[in-house]
Amino acid sequence: MKSDTGSIIVVKVDDLLNWARLSSLWPMSFGIACCAIEMMGSMASTYDLDRFGVFPRPSPRQSDVIIIAGTVTFKMAERIKRLYEQMPEPKYVISMGSCSNCGGPYWQHGYHVVKGVDRIIPVDIYVQGCPPRPEALIGAILELQKKIEQESLLNS
Amino acid sequence: MDETSQLSEFGKIFIYLIMGVLIVLFIFFLGKLVAPKNPNPEKLTSYECGEEPTGNSWIQFNSRFYVIALVFLLFDVELAFIFPWATVFSRQELINVDPNWGWLSLIEMFIFIGILLFGLVYVWKKGDLNWIRPQQNLPISPSKIPSSAYDAINKEVYQTKTLTINNMIPVPDKSLLNPTVSSGRPAFIPKFKKPTL
Repeated sequence: MKSDTGSIIVVKVDDLLNWARLSSLWPMSFGIACCAIEMMGSMASTYDLDRFGVFPRPSPRQSDVIIIAGTVTFKMAERIKRLYEQMPEPKYVISMGSCSNCGGPYWQHGYHVVKGVDRIIPVDIYVQGCPPRPEALIGAILELQKKIEQESLLNS
Repeated sequence: MDETSQLSEFGKIFIYLIMGVLIVLFIFFLGKLVAPKNPNPEKLTSYECGEEPTGNSWIQFNSRFYVIALVFLLFDVELAFIFPWATVFSRQELINVDPNWGWLSLIEMFIFIGILLFGLVYVWKKGDLNWIRPQQNLPISPSKIPSSAYDAINKEVYQTKTLTINNMIPVPDKSLLNPTVSSGRPAFIPKFKKPTL
Protein backbone atom coordinates (compact mmCIF):
# COMPACT_ATOMS: atom_id res chain seq x y z
CA MET A 1 0.00 0.00 0.00
CA LYS A 2 1.35 3.38 -0.93
CA SER A 3 0.34 6.71 0.49
CA ASP A 4 1.80 10.19 0.34
CA THR A 5 3.87 9.75 3.45
CA GLY A 6 5.24 6.29 2.78
CA SER A 7 4.26 2.73 2.09
CA ILE A 8 3.08 -0.20 4.17
CA ILE A 9 3.64 -3.84 3.46
CA VAL A 10 1.12 -6.31 4.85
CA VAL A 11 2.26 -9.91 5.17
CA LYS A 12 1.31 -12.97 7.11
CA VAL A 13 3.58 -13.72 10.05
CA ASP A 14 4.34 -17.12 8.59
CA ASP A 15 5.45 -15.63 5.31
CA LEU A 16 7.57 -13.08 7.12
CA LEU A 17 9.25 -15.77 9.16
CA ASN A 18 9.81 -17.95 6.11
CA TRP A 19 11.19 -15.03 4.16
CA ALA A 20 13.62 -14.28 6.97
CA ARG A 21 14.67 -17.91 7.22
CA LEU A 22 15.14 -18.56 3.53
CA SER A 23 17.08 -15.36 3.03
CA SER A 24 19.71 -16.35 5.54
CA LEU A 25 20.38 -20.03 5.06
CA TRP A 26 23.56 -20.60 7.00
CA PRO A 27 25.29 -23.85 6.14
CA MET A 28 27.78 -25.52 8.39
CA SER A 29 31.32 -25.24 7.06
CA PHE A 30 31.68 -28.95 6.67
CA GLY A 31 33.23 -30.66 3.69
CA ILE A 32 34.24 -34.28 3.45
CA ALA A 33 35.73 -34.89 0.02
CA CYS A 34 36.22 -33.37 -3.43
CA CYS A 35 32.66 -31.97 -3.59
CA ALA A 36 33.74 -29.65 -0.81
CA ILE A 37 36.13 -27.99 -3.27
CA GLU A 38 33.15 -27.17 -5.48
CA MET A 39 31.27 -26.00 -2.39
CA MET A 40 34.13 -23.67 -1.51
CA GLY A 41 34.19 -22.52 -5.11
CA SER A 42 30.53 -21.64 -5.02
CA MET A 43 30.99 -19.75 -1.76
CA ALA A 44 33.96 -17.81 -3.10
CA SER A 45 33.86 -14.67 -5.18
CA THR A 46 33.12 -16.13 -8.63
CA TYR A 47 29.77 -17.69 -7.73
CA ASP A 48 29.27 -15.79 -4.49
CA LEU A 49 26.69 -17.75 -2.55
CA ASP A 50 26.66 -14.87 -0.09
CA ARG A 51 24.21 -13.02 -2.34
CA PHE A 52 21.62 -15.64 -1.36
CA GLY A 53 22.43 -15.10 2.29
CA VAL A 54 24.38 -18.35 2.40
CA PHE A 55 27.24 -17.85 4.75
CA PRO A 56 29.18 -20.73 6.30
CA ARG A 57 29.18 -21.01 10.07
CA PRO A 58 31.81 -22.77 12.12
CA SER A 59 29.40 -24.40 14.55
CA PRO A 60 26.28 -26.53 14.15
CA ARG A 61 24.59 -24.42 16.83
CA GLN A 62 24.36 -21.49 14.43
CA SER A 63 23.63 -23.29 11.20
CA ASP A 64 20.37 -24.02 9.42
CA VAL A 65 21.57 -26.39 6.74
CA ILE A 66 24.30 -28.98 6.50
CA ILE A 67 25.73 -29.63 3.04
CA ILE A 68 27.00 -33.19 2.88
CA ALA A 69 29.70 -32.56 0.30
CA GLY A 70 31.57 -35.78 -0.28
CA THR A 71 31.95 -39.48 0.34
CA VAL A 72 30.30 -40.58 3.54
CA THR A 73 32.40 -43.35 5.01
CA PHE A 74 31.14 -45.43 7.89
CA LYS A 75 33.68 -43.79 10.13
CA MET A 76 32.40 -40.34 9.14
CA ALA A 77 28.72 -41.34 9.28
CA GLU A 78 28.78 -41.44 13.04
CA ARG A 79 30.16 -37.91 13.15
CA ILE A 80 27.69 -36.64 10.57
CA LYS A 81 24.84 -38.06 12.59
CA ARG A 82 26.12 -36.35 15.73
CA LEU A 83 26.65 -33.03 13.94
CA TYR A 84 23.16 -33.21 12.49
CA GLU A 85 21.72 -33.91 15.93
CA GLN A 86 23.56 -30.92 17.32
CA MET A 87 21.98 -28.48 14.88
CA PRO A 88 18.97 -26.54 16.18
CA GLU A 89 15.60 -26.97 14.48
CA PRO A 90 14.48 -26.17 11.83
CA LYS A 91 17.37 -27.92 10.09
CA TYR A 92 17.87 -28.97 6.50
CA VAL A 93 20.21 -31.29 4.68
CA ILE A 94 21.56 -30.90 1.16
CA SER A 95 23.15 -34.05 -0.17
CA MET A 96 25.75 -32.86 -2.66
CA GLY A 97 27.18 -35.22 -5.23
CA SER A 98 26.79 -38.86 -6.15
CA CYS A 99 28.73 -40.20 -3.18
CA SER A 100 26.39 -38.79 -0.60
CA ASN A 101 23.32 -39.42 -2.78
CA CYS A 102 23.84 -43.14 -3.29
CA GLY A 103 27.47 -44.06 -2.73
CA GLY A 104 28.60 -42.83 -6.13
CA PRO A 105 31.58 -44.69 -7.57
CA TYR A 106 31.68 -46.80 -4.42
CA TRP A 107 28.13 -48.08 -4.82
CA GLN A 108 29.19 -51.66 -5.53
CA HIS A 109 32.59 -52.50 -4.10
CA GLY A 110 33.06 -49.72 -1.57
CA TYR A 111 33.06 -51.71 1.64
CA HIS A 112 33.74 -48.51 3.59
CA VAL A 113 31.12 -46.18 2.11
CA VAL A 114 27.58 -45.58 3.29
CA LYS A 115 25.35 -46.03 0.24
CA GLY A 116 23.70 -42.66 0.54
CA VAL A 117 23.65 -40.24 3.41
CA ASP A 118 19.85 -40.56 3.56
CA ARG A 119 20.39 -43.83 5.38
CA ILE A 120 21.55 -41.90 8.44
CA ILE A 121 19.91 -38.46 8.25
CA PRO A 122 16.84 -37.15 6.39
CA VAL A 123 17.84 -35.37 3.18
CA ASP A 124 15.86 -32.45 1.77
CA ILE A 125 17.63 -31.74 -1.50
CA TYR A 126 19.77 -34.05 -3.62
CA VAL A 127 22.29 -32.53 -6.04
CA GLN A 128 23.44 -34.79 -8.85
CA GLY A 129 26.94 -34.66 -10.27
CA CYS A 130 30.38 -36.00 -9.52
CA PRO A 131 31.19 -33.42 -8.36
CA PRO A 132 28.31 -31.02 -9.09
CA ARG A 133 29.15 -27.68 -10.61
CA PRO A 134 28.69 -24.63 -8.37
CA GLU A 135 25.62 -23.76 -10.42
CA ALA A 136 24.06 -27.04 -9.33
CA LEU A 137 24.67 -26.22 -5.67
CA ILE A 138 23.17 -22.79 -6.19
CA GLY A 139 20.19 -24.52 -7.77
CA ALA A 140 19.89 -26.70 -4.69
CA ILE A 141 19.90 -23.64 -2.45
CA LEU A 142 17.13 -22.12 -4.56
CA GLU A 143 15.13 -25.34 -4.38
CA LEU A 144 15.56 -25.40 -0.62
CA GLN A 145 14.34 -21.81 -0.47
CA LYS A 146 11.22 -22.85 -2.39
CA LYS A 147 10.71 -25.68 0.08
CA ILE A 148 11.03 -23.38 3.08
CA GLU A 149 8.58 -20.97 1.48
CA GLN A 150 5.87 -23.66 1.67
CA GLU A 151 6.46 -24.40 5.35
CA SER A 152 4.68 -23.00 8.33
CA LEU A 153 6.77 -22.61 11.43
CA LEU A 154 3.91 -21.49 13.66
CA ASN A 155 1.52 -24.34 12.83
CA SER A 156 4.03 -27.15 13.05
CA MET B 1 10.87 24.09 18.66
CA ASP B 2 12.75 26.91 20.33
CA GLU B 3 12.56 25.37 23.79
CA THR B 4 15.83 24.20 25.22
CA SER B 5 16.01 20.47 25.29
CA GLN B 6 15.47 18.91 28.68
CA LEU B 7 17.77 16.10 27.73
CA SER B 8 21.49 16.58 28.12
CA GLU B 9 23.80 14.96 25.60
CA PHE B 10 24.49 12.16 28.05
CA GLY B 11 20.74 11.69 28.43
CA LYS B 12 20.51 10.89 24.73
CA ILE B 13 23.28 8.32 25.09
CA PHE B 14 21.41 6.87 28.05
CA ILE B 15 18.27 6.51 25.93
CA TYR B 16 20.32 4.79 23.25
CA LEU B 17 21.68 2.38 25.83
CA ILE B 18 18.23 1.54 27.18
CA MET B 19 16.77 1.10 23.71
CA GLY B 20 19.69 -1.11 22.69
CA VAL B 21 19.19 -3.40 25.66
CA LEU B 22 15.40 -3.46 25.14
CA ILE B 23 15.63 -4.31 21.45
CA VAL B 24 18.07 -7.15 22.10
CA LEU B 25 15.84 -8.50 24.86
CA PHE B 26 12.81 -8.19 22.59
CA ILE B 27 14.52 -10.13 19.81
CA PHE B 28 15.59 -12.83 22.26
CA PHE B 29 12.00 -13.04 23.43
CA LEU B 30 10.76 -13.33 19.85
CA GLY B 31 13.23 -16.11 19.18
CA LYS B 32 12.12 -17.95 22.29
CA LEU B 33 8.50 -17.56 21.20
CA VAL B 34 8.94 -18.81 17.64
CA ALA B 35 11.86 -21.24 17.68
CA PRO B 36 11.00 -24.93 17.96
CA LYS B 37 12.64 -26.62 20.89
CA ASN B 38 13.25 -30.33 21.13
CA PRO B 39 16.40 -30.94 23.09
CA ASN B 40 17.91 -34.37 23.37
CA PRO B 41 21.08 -35.54 25.12
CA GLU B 42 23.00 -35.68 21.84
CA LYS B 43 22.11 -32.09 21.05
CA LEU B 44 23.00 -30.83 24.49
CA THR B 45 26.51 -32.28 24.53
CA SER B 46 29.38 -29.95 23.86
CA TYR B 47 30.41 -29.51 20.22
CA GLU B 48 33.77 -31.02 19.43
CA CYS B 49 33.68 -31.14 15.62
CA GLY B 50 31.48 -34.21 15.66
CA GLU B 51 33.72 -36.24 17.93
CA GLU B 52 32.33 -37.71 21.08
CA PRO B 53 33.36 -35.39 23.88
CA THR B 54 35.58 -37.09 26.42
CA GLY B 55 36.51 -35.72 29.79
CA ASN B 56 35.99 -32.28 31.15
CA SER B 57 36.42 -29.15 29.07
CA TRP B 58 38.00 -27.38 32.05
CA ILE B 59 41.43 -28.80 31.42
CA GLN B 60 44.64 -27.24 32.68
CA PHE B 61 46.75 -25.39 30.17
CA ASN B 62 50.47 -25.10 30.47
CA SER B 63 51.12 -21.73 32.08
CA ARG B 64 53.95 -21.12 29.62
CA PHE B 65 51.31 -20.30 27.00
CA TYR B 66 50.71 -17.14 29.00
CA VAL B 67 54.14 -15.70 28.21
CA ILE B 68 53.79 -16.58 24.54
CA ALA B 69 50.38 -14.92 24.44
CA LEU B 70 51.77 -11.80 26.09
CA VAL B 71 54.63 -11.52 23.61
CA PHE B 72 52.22 -12.07 20.75
CA LEU B 73 49.92 -9.36 22.08
CA LEU B 74 52.85 -6.95 22.28
CA PHE B 75 53.70 -7.28 18.61
CA ASP B 76 50.08 -7.51 17.57
CA VAL B 77 49.46 -4.10 19.10
CA GLU B 78 52.64 -2.83 17.50
CA LEU B 79 51.30 -3.80 14.10
CA ALA B 80 47.97 -2.15 14.87
CA PHE B 81 49.87 1.07 15.51
CA ILE B 82 52.17 0.80 12.51
CA PHE B 83 49.38 0.60 9.95
CA PRO B 84 47.74 3.97 10.74
CA TRP B 85 51.19 5.47 11.14
CA ALA B 86 52.16 4.29 7.67
CA THR B 87 49.18 6.09 6.12
CA VAL B 88 50.04 9.50 7.59
CA PHE B 89 53.82 9.12 7.55
CA SER B 90 54.44 10.15 3.96
CA ARG B 91 51.52 12.53 3.36
CA GLN B 92 52.68 15.38 1.21
CA GLU B 93 50.42 18.00 2.78
CA LEU B 94 51.72 17.23 6.24
CA ILE B 95 55.29 17.51 5.02
CA ASN B 96 54.40 20.81 3.36
CA VAL B 97 53.22 22.18 6.69
CA ASP B 98 56.37 21.15 8.52
CA PRO B 99 59.38 19.82 6.60
CA ASN B 100 60.57 17.96 9.68
CA TRP B 101 57.36 15.94 9.86
CA GLY B 102 58.68 12.92 7.97
CA TRP B 103 61.85 12.61 10.00
CA LEU B 104 60.03 13.24 13.26
CA SER B 105 57.46 10.50 12.65
CA LEU B 106 60.08 8.08 11.35
CA ILE B 107 62.28 8.52 14.43
CA GLU B 108 59.27 8.27 16.71
CA MET B 109 58.30 4.97 15.17
CA PHE B 110 61.85 3.67 15.49
CA ILE B 111 61.83 4.59 19.18
CA PHE B 112 58.52 2.81 19.61
CA ILE B 113 59.72 -0.33 17.85
CA GLY B 114 63.01 -0.11 19.73
CA ILE B 115 61.26 -0.21 23.09
CA LEU B 116 59.28 -3.25 22.01
CA LEU B 117 62.38 -4.91 20.60
CA PHE B 118 64.09 -4.32 23.93
CA GLY B 119 61.26 -6.26 25.53
CA LEU B 120 61.73 -9.06 23.00
CA VAL B 121 65.46 -9.22 23.72
CA TYR B 122 64.70 -9.38 27.42
CA VAL B 123 62.25 -12.25 26.95
CA TRP B 124 64.73 -14.03 24.72
CA LYS B 125 67.54 -13.61 27.22
CA LYS B 126 65.36 -14.93 30.02
CA GLY B 127 64.77 -18.06 27.94
CA ASP B 128 60.98 -17.69 27.86
CA LEU B 129 60.88 -18.27 24.11
CA ASN B 130 62.44 -21.72 24.49
CA TRP B 131 59.60 -24.15 24.59
CA ILE B 132 61.86 -27.02 25.57
CA ARG B 133 63.85 -26.01 28.60
CA PRO B 134 67.58 -26.66 28.27
CA GLN B 135 68.02 -27.89 31.87
CA GLN B 136 66.88 -31.43 32.34
CA ASN B 137 66.31 -33.17 35.62
CA LEU B 138 67.50 -36.73 35.33
CA PRO B 139 65.63 -38.91 37.78
CA ILE B 140 67.85 -40.46 40.45
CA SER B 141 66.67 -43.57 42.24
CA PRO B 142 68.49 -45.39 45.02
CA SER B 143 69.99 -48.68 43.90
CA LYS B 144 72.60 -51.06 45.27
CA ILE B 145 74.00 -51.70 41.81
CA PRO B 146 76.63 -49.08 40.99
CA SER B 147 76.32 -47.36 37.61
CA SER B 148 79.77 -48.63 36.71
CA ALA B 149 78.27 -52.13 36.54
CA TYR B 150 75.84 -51.00 33.82
CA ASP B 151 78.67 -49.32 31.95
CA ALA B 152 80.70 -52.52 32.09
CA ILE B 153 77.77 -54.50 30.62
CA ASN B 154 77.30 -51.98 27.85
CA LYS B 155 80.96 -52.13 26.94
CA GLU B 156 81.01 -55.91 26.75
CA VAL B 157 81.65 -57.35 23.31
CA TYR B 158 79.71 -60.48 22.58
CA GLN B 159 81.62 -63.37 21.11
CA THR B 160 80.39 -64.80 17.85
CA LYS B 161 81.15 -68.09 16.16
CA THR B 162 82.08 -68.24 12.52
CA LEU B 163 79.55 -70.17 10.48
CA THR B 164 80.71 -73.57 9.25
CA ILE B 165 78.95 -76.69 8.05
CA ASN B 166 79.52 -78.38 11.39
CA ASN B 167 77.94 -75.80 13.72
CA MET B 168 74.85 -74.94 11.60
CA ILE B 169 71.41 -75.24 13.25
CA PRO B 170 69.30 -77.60 11.09
CA VAL B 171 66.20 -76.00 9.51
CA PRO B 172 63.09 -78.18 10.11
CA ASP B 173 61.47 -79.61 6.99
CA LYS B 174 58.26 -77.59 6.46
CA SER B 175 56.40 -80.30 4.52
CA LEU B 176 56.48 -82.51 7.61
CA LEU B 177 54.90 -79.82 9.77
CA ASN B 178 52.10 -79.00 7.29
CA PRO B 179 50.93 -82.13 5.46
CA THR B 180 47.47 -80.86 4.22
CA VAL B 181 48.72 -78.13 1.91
CA SER B 182 48.60 -80.09 -1.36
CA SER B 183 44.93 -79.46 -2.31
CA GLY B 184 45.76 -77.28 -5.34
CA ARG B 185 43.38 -74.32 -4.67
CA PRO B 186 43.90 -71.24 -2.55
CA ALA B 187 42.39 -71.17 0.90
CA PHE B 188 40.44 -67.93 0.32
CA ILE B 189 38.75 -66.63 -2.80
CA PRO B 190 37.29 -63.11 -2.57
CA LYS B 191 33.67 -62.98 -3.65
CA PHE B 192 31.55 -59.97 -4.58
CA LYS B 193 27.88 -60.01 -4.02
CA LYS B 194 25.84 -59.39 -7.17
CA PRO B 195 24.00 -56.11 -6.74
CA THR B 196 20.23 -56.45 -6.55
CA LEU B 197 18.87 -53.98 -9.01
